Amino acid sequence: MALRIPSLRRAARWVPALCVTLAMLALAGCSPDGYPQTTLAPKADFAELLDQVFRRSFQLATIVFFLVEGALVWALFRFRGKPGDAEPEQNHGNTVLEVVWTAIPAVILVFIAVPTVQTIFKTAEVPTDNPLVIEVTGHQWWWEFRYPEYNLVTAGDMHVPTGRTVDLRMTTGDVLHSFWTPQLAGKRDVFPKRDNRLWFKTETPGTYPGQCAEFCGTQHARMAFQVIAQAPADFDAWRVGLAAVSAPADSGAPAPDSLVARGQQLFATKACVGCHAVSAVGAPTMVGPNLAGVGSRSDIASGWLPNTDENLARWLKNPQAVKSGVLMPNLGLTDEEITALIAYLRSLSVVPAPGAVAMTATGN
Amino acid sequence: MSTIAMGHAGTEAAPAEKKGLWSWITTVDHKRIGILYGVTAFLFFLLGGLEALLIRWQLGAPDKTFLSPEAYNQLFTMHGTTMIFLGVMPLSAMFFNYFIPLQIGARDVAFPRLNAYSYWVFLFGGLVLNASFLFNAAPDMGWFAYANLTSKQFSPGLNVDFWIIGLQILGIASLAAAVNFFVTIINLRAPGMKMMRMPMFVWMSLITQVLLLLAFPIITVALVLLMLDRNFGTHFFVPSGGGDPVLWQHLFWLFGHPEVYILILPAFGVVSEILPVFSRKPLFGYAAMVFSGCFIAFLGFGVWSHHMFATGMGPMADTVFSLGTMLIAIPTGVKIFNWIGTVWGGSIQYKTPMYFALGFVAMFIIGGLSGVMHASPPADLQQTDSYFIVAHFHYVLFGGSIFALTAGAYYWFPKMTGRMLSEGLGKVHFWLMFLGFNLTFAPMHILGLNGMPRRVYTYSAGMGFGFWNAIETAGSLILGFSFLVFIWNILKSLRSGAVAPADPWHGATLEWSIPSPPQEWNFAVEPTVDSRDPLWERRRANGGTLPEPARVSGKGIHLPSPSYWPIVTAFGTALTLVGFLMHVNLAVILAGVAITMIGIFSWAFEPADH
Repeated sequence: MALRIPSLRRAARWVPALCVTLAMLALAGCSPDGYPQTTLAPKADFAELLDQVFRRSFQLATIVFFLVEGALVWALFRFRGKPGDAEPEQNHGNTVLEVVWTAIPAVILVFIAVPTVQTIFKTAEVPTDNPLVIEVTGHQWWWEFRYPEYNLVTAGDMHVPTGRTVDLRMTTGDVLHSFWTPQLAGKRDVFPKRDNRLWFKTETPGTYPGQCAEFCGTQHARMAFQVIAQAPADFDAWRVGLAAVSAPADSGAPAPDSLVARGQQLFATKACVGCHAVSAVGAPTMVGPNLAGVGSRSDIASGWLPNTDENLARWLKNPQAVKSGVLMPNLGLTDEEITALIAYLRSLSVVPAPGAVAMTATGN
Repeated sequence: MSTIAMGHAGTEAAPAEKKGLWSWITTVDHKRIGILYGVTAFLFFLLGGLEALLIRWQLGAPDKTFLSPEAYNQLFTMHGTTMIFLGVMPLSAMFFNYFIPLQIGARDVAFPRLNAYSYWVFLFGGLVLNASFLFNAAPDMGWFAYANLTSKQFSPGLNVDFWIIGLQILGIASLAAAVNFFVTIINLRAPGMKMMRMPMFVWMSLITQVLLLLAFPIITVALVLLMLDRNFGTHFFVPSGGGDPVLWQHLFWLFGHPEVYILILPAFGVVSEILPVFSRKPLFGYAAMVFSGCFIAFLGFGVWSHHMFATGMGPMADTVFSLGTMLIAIPTGVKIFNWIGTVWGGSIQYKTPMYFALGFVAMFIIGGLSGVMHASPPADLQQTDSYFIVAHFHYVLFGGSIFALTAGAYYWFPKMTGRMLSEGLGKVHFWLMFLGFNLTFAPMHILGLNGMPRRVYTYSAGMGFGFWNAIETAGSLILGFSFLVFIWNILKSLRSGAVAPADPWHGATLEWSIPSPPQEWNFAVEPTVDSRDPLWERRRANGGTLPEPARVSGKGIHLPSPSYWPIVTAFGTALTLVGFLMHVNLAVILAGVAITMIGIFSWAFEPADH
């Protein structure tokens, strides 16, 4: 034993310094800055409700942690044996202590259980204050968003107005997924042939990343999306713009021998049209995401690949190399064809049309 | 009673010492089977660890392409499946095998040949599962295998089938072993060892066997249904035919949650043996420890849906499963407090087993506290399927089970091999493992709360996950290295370690009353027990020391004879199920059934001695 105790003491000198360093690192790590997908900085009522329960349980857990670990560590130093020690008192237990340390955790749990149950019931009820219904459908591996109120459908970016509750009705087109946008709401799994519900209302315009949280096959990691919260006027401008890009006749067909026209022609002849719709208005769900407005989306390939011309070109050249297992096959396009297609897809950009809002934003 | 009942005054000659490969293949000695379990499980554990290191390397920086998505999904599925079914469970089975009979004063388990059968079925199951790598068809849908991703439509390859069949084979091994240990503990205790005098490891093992017996039939049924869906066109879990993927989740977690306690209760038992011995003081609150263990196991069957809060079960189900889950914190807390009560006021001997046992208590507290946090559905809606959960269950299963099993390995190695492990290397192992473990898994709490989901093969740089993932990967390398130190310690000590006396630690239980390693018959004379710490009583009665027990001739001791029928029957069992894996190949299935039947008959009619 003589050998062990000095080495233990030497190690012990480092313990406080180590603890402080680790605690500081951990605290720094717990700051949500730099984590766009954090759960620790809620920006909507639903996420706020979850966060309150989390904080309560985290505070209690922290107190219990320091008390129990403290008692353990103190005992380890206080009761270390020395050579020649007599046999310690042979204590078999203590009924009073057993009762006390059964009761104390039970009391602490009440302080977690009460807000837990309250919040369960609060979050279970969708507010009835004229919510905006969005039908969310998970697909391997992208998200589809349908706005029945406006008869619109889109993918990848979910636009929502601030100040209005969003009522998500969610299902899947294939396997299970889970819709998770941490700053706005928690997770909700989606099942075939079943509507699952989630809701939130945010007052803060911004772009909030989210992603699939239930393993759903090869590209589970690349099934992200963005929730774009906009002031009501901006949101209306977006949806009117999306409807407008879906009906290009209004804005005139592209010049017959332009790059855009060539791209449009390729889109129709190179099998693109078999899987993708380019009209958001009343379009059916197809194999691939709806492409109305794709030109102005934040990302492609489901919310993670920035929507640049280079990335679009990489994608069109060889989608399997960018996202293996994705349903889109390699189409064997030439560079010239890709350039034309990109020009066409860029023409499918939502141009927010504030002027149009006044005429059409009477849906409510 | 078994054929090896004590006090059987036979006229048999002393059993000859058994050597060579054949003696291992035909052995029915619980100690040798225990060693087989231990070596096999440790090799599988290293394989699972290697898979973990590949996973960590891939995640060490954003957007890495070290592993393809397909390879990553296979590796994380196989890592989980391997660690649970081929690592932690059979490592516990090593200790059940070796030490239940020794701690209760028995000469073997109740059914020695069934014991051998369990081991061989386990080995074949592990091999079948890992053979999937050879066909580039390793399971790739997660160890939870959620329907309907597992349907033929979305997983057309053999990956899911390998998983189903591998787990079915392993389930047979677990069930056979559970029956065996349950009967052994109930029937073969030495005179005077009442239930409330059993060593705590035996108690926790007994509870684990009950959990195995009740939980494994559930996964067996679920796997049969899944196999029917995939091979015979049924629709239990396929929504297009009216089936329900949620049914799979209920069945899986109805098994899966008790499985968590199957993984941790043996660890509780090991630590409850070690803390008193190295505190030189009896276990604090023995009865509270027993009943809290029973209570945890009982509640463990009623909380499965806390894995499913995000499925939208409705507020009433959420409430019930949440409160039930929180209740488990109470008996678990009782255990932790009693462990601290055990060392409190003791005279702590800082030997390597004690380091790991104390490391277990310290780490398990963290895993327990994070567990309470996501027992609350509102908090869980953010935490579930995030890295916070990965952190939580590694604190429970690595910080808990693996630390405790390692403690058990250091504690019992001298008994099993007759050699002491090096204390110096042991402590290097401990500090490296402790450091590596915390560097690997503590940052996962931070990442999970900051939005990193589980089971992702990569993440984009903009998500901010890179820094802590790099730390974790560095930690995992330290963790991996700590096991190299452990292996080095084992190899070095086996060759040249100090010779172990019968009782190197001043133990309290019967296994320390016999030579190290024990002779084949364990106890030449049936021990009698009249307290919970029989050896401490004997030592006190003897003035503080006990004489080194002599190795004796086994003349007159009847032992079951070796048999190769267990391995034959196990092979037949595995072959039958492999037939289902081979697109329901009737010829293979029938051959398997035939071999199994021949094995069982020959086993049944084999003469007791030859």
